[in-house]
Amino acid sequence: MTADQLARVAITETPRLTQLSLRLDPAGSSSAPVAAVLGARLPTAPCTWAAAPEADLLWLGPDEWLLLAPPDTADLAPSLRHAIAPHFGTVTDVSSQRTAFDLTGPGAPDLLAHGCAIDLHPRSSPTGTCVQTLLAQTGVTLLVLDDAPQAPTLRLLVRTSFAPYLRSWLGDVASGT
Amino acid sequence: MTAPFRLPGRGLVDQGTDLEFSFDGRRYTGHPGDTLASALLANGVHRVATGIAYRRPRGIMSAGVEEPSALVQIEEPFPEPMLQATTVELYAGLVARGPAGRGRLATAADPARYDAVHAHCDLLVVGAGPAGLLAALAGARDGQRVVLVDDQPRPGGSLLGTAERVDGLPGPEWAAGVVAELAALPDVRVLSRTTAFGHYDDDFVLALERRTDHLGFDAPAGTSRQRVWRLRARRTVVATGAHERPLVFPDNDRPGIMLAGAARTYLHRYGVLTGRQAVVFTTDDSAYAAATDLVDAGVTVAAVVDARTTVPEAWAEQCARRGIEIRAGEVVTGTSGSERITRAHTAPYAGGRLHGPRRGVDCDLLLVSGGWNPVAHLYSHARGALHYDPARGAFLPTGDLPNLRVAGAANGRATLADCLADGAQAADAPASTRASIPVSAPVPATEPVPDQTPGLVLWSVPDPAETDGGEPRPRFVDLQRDATVADVLRATGAGLRSVEHVKRYTTIGTAHDQGRTSGVIASGIVADALGADIATLGTTTFRPPYTPVAFAALAGRDRGALFDPVRVTPLHAWHTAHGAEFENVGQWKRPRCYPRPGESMDRAVLRECRAAREGVALMDGSTLGKVSVQGPDAGELLDRLYTNLISTLKPGAARYGVMCGVDGMVLDDGTVIRVAEEEFLLTTTTGNAAKILDWMEEWLQTEWPHLRVTLTSVTDHWVTVPLVGPDSRAVLAAVAPDLDVANAAFPFMTWRDATVAGIPARICRISFSGELAYEVNVRGWEGPRLWEALIAAGEPYGITPYGTETMHVLRAEKGYPIIGQDTDGTVTPQDLGLGWAVSRKKPDFIGKRSFTRAENLRPDRKQLVGLLPEDPSLRLPEGAQLIATAAVPAPPVPMLGHVTSSYRSAALGRTFALALVKAGRERIGDTLYAPLEEGVHPVRITDPVLYDKEGTRRDG
Repeated sequence: MTADQLARVAITETPRLTQLSLRLDPAGSSSAPVAAVLGARLPTAPCTWAAAPEADLLWLGPDEWLLLAPPDTADLAPSLRHAIAPHFGTVTDVSSQRTAFDLTGPGAPDLLAHGCAIDLHPRSSPTGTCVQTLLAQTGVTLLVLDDAPQAPTLRLLVRTSFAPYLRSWLGDVASGT
Repeated sequence: MTAPFRLPGRGLVDQGTDLEFSFDGRRYTGHPGDTLASALLANGVHRVATGIAYRRPRGIMSAGVEEPSALVQIEEPFPEPMLQATTVELYAGLVARGPAGRGRLATAADPARYDAVHAHCDLLVVGAGPAGLLAALAGARDGQRVVLVDDQPRPGGSLLGTAERVDGLPGPEWAAGVVAELAALPDVRVLSRTTAFGHYDDDFVLALERRTDHLGFDAPAGTSRQRVWRLRARRTVVATGAHERPLVFPDNDRPGIMLAGAARTYLHRYGVLTGRQAVVFTTDDSAYAAATDLVDAGVTVAAVVDARTTVPEAWAEQCARRGIEIRAGEVVTGTSGSERITRAHTAPYAGGRLHGPRRGVDCDLLLVSGGWNPVAHLYSHARGALHYDPARGAFLPTGDLPNLRVAGAANGRATLADCLADGAQAADAPASTRASIPVSAPVPATEPVPDQTPGLVLWSVPDPAETDGGEPRPRFVDLQRDATVADVLRATGAGLRSVEHVKRYTTIGTAHDQGRTSGVIASGIVADALGADIATLGTTTFRPPYTPVAFAALAGRDRGALFDPVRVTPLHAWHTAHGAEFENVGQWKRPRCYPRPGESMDRAVLRECRAAREGVALMDGSTLGKVSVQGPDAGELLDRLYTNLISTLKPGAARYGVMCGVDGMVLDDGTVIRVAEEEFLLTTTTGNAAKILDWMEEWLQTEWPHLRVTLTSVTDHWVTVPLVGPDSRAVLAAVAPDLDVANAAFPFMTWRDATVAGIPARICRISFSGELAYEVNVRGWEGPRLWEALIAAGEPYGITPYGTETMHVLRAEKGYPIIGQDTDGTVTPQDLGLGWAVSRKKPDFIGKRSFTRAENLRPDRKQLVGLLPEDPSLRLPEGAQLIATAAVPAPPVPMLGHVTSSYRSAALGRTFALALVKAGRERIGDTLYAPLEEGVHPVRITDPVLYDKEGTRRDG
């Protein structure tokens, strides 16, 4: 991958997504009512995400998901809490905890390879992959939104306070490898 | 102009293009494709360095990374010490010199860029020689993701240095064809100038790619100079070849003494003659090819000295045809010359001893070959066991590892045909995981070679002085360390039996080359000296890195602004625009104060403090760690983690809390609010946020997994703005018209949700200053709007932004400790005067048992107190020690305590400090002394609360 191709990776920030941290027992009784609210069952395969009518559902752990919905989706959290009750499970608004960067272009996986140990080859990380890993020196949640070799799109969720660092790092890689 | 020892038209260098360079102050010409060593040899320069201990002239021994002596200092384009002339690719304008032993680091910062890349593959092949190329080809044709790394600028490995043909093609041409096929495949990556320098757990391999070093002054600025490849491979084939072993004999270090294979490489690869009149000293067959190739190129080979009595017939015939004298059963017993060898001395040798008279033979080149050591370093890094092969005098890999195979010369294969055959099937998985169809490549045709005659293992030639009583001559084992056979014998004489101990005693194998040419020989000499079996002695351990790697390369991009992540809050741009001085708190940048133009920090802090105590001020408190604790058992969990009772908190209320470790020492403090019946939000100190969340998760997950609680970090979710001062209520009322801010409706230690400046906010009435204060929390992206609105609403009151320094002064005036500044992990809540925050009702909590330890009940424990220096303008340095007397007694001076925080107070009109002092509370009213550099200063011990002890200001 040439520096030129890396420089042509489009990097856009998608701010203010509604983000909810969802914790529940996927085998428990609240699983079905939650699926009804979301329009899909929560993914239980490790390191995956799934698109649902109401939100993107990111598997973060055996009992932990991050839900991504459009900005100002204010009714989702109350609906989920209602669906979970009276069983044990929690919903936390973390919309401002992380921001999202989308990287698009054939060079996007190669760009991230300069600081990320995850194998982003479509054979290893197809569309639907969601991993929590390190990019350079900051933790990120990395989603493969589209693995098409000609125009792959990757999404990085990063803690808001680390976003300027990550932006500088991405710029440093794009400016020369 | 053709250099005197360059053969026109020979070699793989571009003789049509000249490259000017300078060495030791003289100008020379070389060509693209040269190394510094080959260019110097083409110009007849053999002496390039000076031995570190004995200052003897040193030359070029090899043609690669095994080089033990030709170390050079690069001066331009950028100073770099201790590089091997045999691995420095030549470029125009290179300025180098041969230092005496040590090099010189640049004093200026390295302007180059360094990079790192992660890569993944099914098959990693290390080495693009005959074996490696076939292994890569087999894997690639099978559709595997293949990475092939090779340390040379062009593929071929040993084929570059011999005249061997493969499939009827010259070796380098065949190799280039294979690489062309590989490079055309989508999932194959071929990395040249790349050295795999370490194999680590889980089949992780690090490799260094030298990307612009060979371009010299023309290196493009946007391209990294070097890149570390972080390779993860399902399977690895190590096809790293073999290094020729030198022979050890008296005066074996003179310039002009060279490995036989190296001379052959200089001839075929670089078109360079390494001398005019050569002597070849060998113990095996491979040197004969060098002798005949050199004669065919016009060199006179005065003699082949073969330590074996039985000389290979086919080679004897080849020599006879060329008129080369063979001295069978003889060894070289010494050399003459100073700047360059002029003469070699030989004598008959049998049964480990010299027999008969010495004969001299004139020469300007002495080629040596003592057999071949497989380059099994990566295999050894992966914990592969080596075994000794007595026929070769070499340590060979013992079988495959689960995901790693060794192939070709590295696997002990001696001929090209054997190496190709070994490489062709090396990509196949080991038997246990073998697929139904073996992965292999067809083995190309090679030319016939004479049958091998067994080599003779000869670790060192005896010094004739041992028998004829002459002056002993040094026999060098490690040329870079100037360590000799005598040094090894001194080690064994001192009782050392382990090769690892001998290595450290003699320093053999500890130089830049890590004993590539000396390590096995040293083992052999130790074995001979002890009468032990070298097979049981073994060799010293191979450790990464295989070749030296610059720290700059390992640092990669993590330098300068990217050295460590800088964390900032959403308000950072405002702080920067308003002249904030920043302080590093963990990875955070926090405004320390906001000095006005021309204002000193001290004056700025006094001004900010005054505003907070007399008017209104605000700060960015967003860096505080925040954890949402939810679930039916949330209160129970917090009761176990905090020293005080949390579960009795009512929704809508807030409480200060202290956490201790199991040792009863203060770990952290903060506030807890109860958001709802089953939901709490707690804060931690800025630097402890991650640690406290981990601490809580550890207890929850490993000790109390039955508690129905979840923990969620929301540190970055909230922007937190403390609004502080007597006028804060009026300012808040102005921006939150729907909120009843009256003290009765919104009392101290409660919180309310309200709309502030049109933004949904959570407001807590908590105070870290003793003043009336509100902590306004909004979602991160609303932070700037909130901040601007508060500034605007506060303008009539002279609202003043303040930083961490003012925060520290305000809290210290009130005697509030900062965990980590006023504590150091040996301080209990009781020591801090926080005994009121330790529950006596709770059956248990972390740290409780430790409070009853005798040590924690001692009356002379250090306790937090206030200090007022007698001189009200003296600000004691933090860390200053406190003693009992005005005169410093003779050491050891009894230390009673130390200053933990020290400030200038606007409210008190003087300086003050907090300190941890033995039995401090009993000493209130006493005078202690702070011995400083310029004198001893009396200080009065006071209660830690120095301002508004009655708490009258809290409610405005």
